[in-house]
Amino acid sequence: MAFESIGDFIAMGGYGFYVWLSYGLTFLALIILVVNSVAKKNKILKNVAQRLSREQRIKKAQNMEGTL
Amino acid sequence: MFKVFIQVVSKELKGAFRRQSDILNPVWFFIIVVTLFPLGIGTDPILLARIAPGIIWVAALLAALLSFERLFKDDFIDGSLEQLMLMPHPLSWLVSAKVFAHWLLTGLPILFVSPLLAVFLAMEPTTYFALFLTLLIGTPILSLLGAIGVALTVGLRKGGILLSLIMLPLSIPILIFSTMAIDAAAYGQSYLGLLALLGAMLVTSITLAPFAIAASLRVSVS
Amino acid sequence: MWKWLHPYAKPERSYQLAGKLLPWFVVATIITFVVGLGWGLLFAPADYQQGDSFRIIYIHVPAAMMAMAAYSTMAIAAFIALVWQIRLAEMNIAAIAPVGAVFTFIALVTGAAWGKPMWGAWWVWDARLTSELILLFVYLGIIALYNAFSDKVLAGRAASILTLVGVINLPIIHYSVVWWNTLHQGATIMKLDKPSMAPEMLWPLIIMIVGFAAFLGAVSLLRFRNEILARESHRPWVSALVTDKLGGEK
Repeated sequence: MAFESIGDFIAMGGYGFYVWLSYGLTFLALIILVVNSVAKKNKILKNVAQRLSREQRIKKAQNMEGTL
Repeated sequence: MFKVFIQVVSKELKGAFRRQSDILNPVWFFIIVVTLFPLGIGTDPILLARIAPGIIWVAALLAALLSFERLFKDDFIDGSLEQLMLMPHPLSWLVSAKVFAHWLLTGLPILFVSPLLAVFLAMEPTTYFALFLTLLIGTPILSLLGAIGVALTVGLRKGGILLSLIMLPLSIPILIFSTMAIDAAAYGQSYLGLLALLGAMLVTSITLAPFAIAASLRVSVS
Repeated sequence: MWKWLHPYAKPERSYQLAGKLLPWFVVATIITFVVGLGWGLLFAPADYQQGDSFRIIYIHVPAAMMAMAAYSTMAIAAFIALVWQIRLAEMNIAAIAPVGAVFTFIALVTGAAWGKPMWGAWWVWDARLTSELILLFVYLGIIALYNAFSDKVLAGRAASILTLVGVINLPIIHYSVVWWNTLHQGATIMKLDKPSMAPEMLWPLIIMIVGFAAFLGAVSLLRFRNEILARESHRPWVSALVTDKLGGEK
């Protein structure tokens, strides 16, 4: 290991602020990107599902119209 | 082919002289922006002369950006852009004519006003010629690159802001090389190499940009 | 010779192919990140001159390299889209651009955080930083242009044109800034290149570069699938897909 203790690891030889700022912002950006991409996928699928169920309801209503 | 080029250019010029504010606004903007700097920064002639090339070129860039709105927008609104695209001549040739006319109306006035502004900013007389040359070669490149941006955004509602986002990264090399050339002239060094680079960029733009502009117009007007 | 490629011009086929590849890229990303960062942060020896701050290299360099790689991929896709009129290539551009932009942002931010202790300033107009900043603007321009069009077919074509115009301009920008910078700054050029690195420091870097490439691939594939679904949402295969999903969940 390059570090004697966890304290040393966090301190990063005095540069701790800069190193963890870099890693922190990086992971924040990457996580936001992934979350945004997955959320978009779910939204698209949900929209399609809603549209399909709406079409089904319209079809049902049209079929019933003939029977009333 | 040349006849239709001249026809498009003269139609643009005639139209512009009826709406003279379209020509004058960018030039006034150019003059006013440059004039603001001595008032805002301080009148020390050495400082002004040091930053003058940058100021004049950034102002020219912004004035060009301002002038692009009228390049295709009016024609887009009244449908004559579509008519231009339906003509039997190559669209790239026709847009070259439009961009050339645009440069005559905006780049050329900026070019002629520049010596006056050089005096305002206490530039050395040795640099006047360098400034003139860089503007002479650089403003057509700006017109060509800007036309690509305008062609891409002419159909969009908030195209103006997007245009600046697109155009500014493309204009940065011109800005850097031009100001380097003027600085070299101020130190008495040869700036022929830098002018040659700018010239190369101009030739590349003249040959390639019309195709990009035509392709972009076909996207925007459909 | 290229006939095997033709079916993939159909959105449905590409969607399925992307779906098959995605898990592999995700796994590759996780493994390379864990190994690379573990090695780089915990086991690599501290640098003689820069101490432990050099460890920022394990995200800075991969992000910067992959930002360029992403743009190159977009440029190739733009070329394919314009020459062969393949719409899927345009969807690819829309998928990759945000990832490239985020990588460029990471490169800039980590570069600044590394620069402050090393050079004493958060930002200098170093040729590389300036070129990277302009790359970010180019990315943002492409993303903004694509989002500005409501007709996504037109959006894709406009984005392709702008990507190609940008790619011609990027080497010009790089050289103009190098010459501008060396003229004014003189002899102090920072050497961030790797050839002079010890192997114990170099290997984690290579692993992280592969890791960032895998991440680029994974998120691009995910966003590519999103783009396909969004633009083909009226097709029967999408409806079938969604119904299957709903049936599977119930």
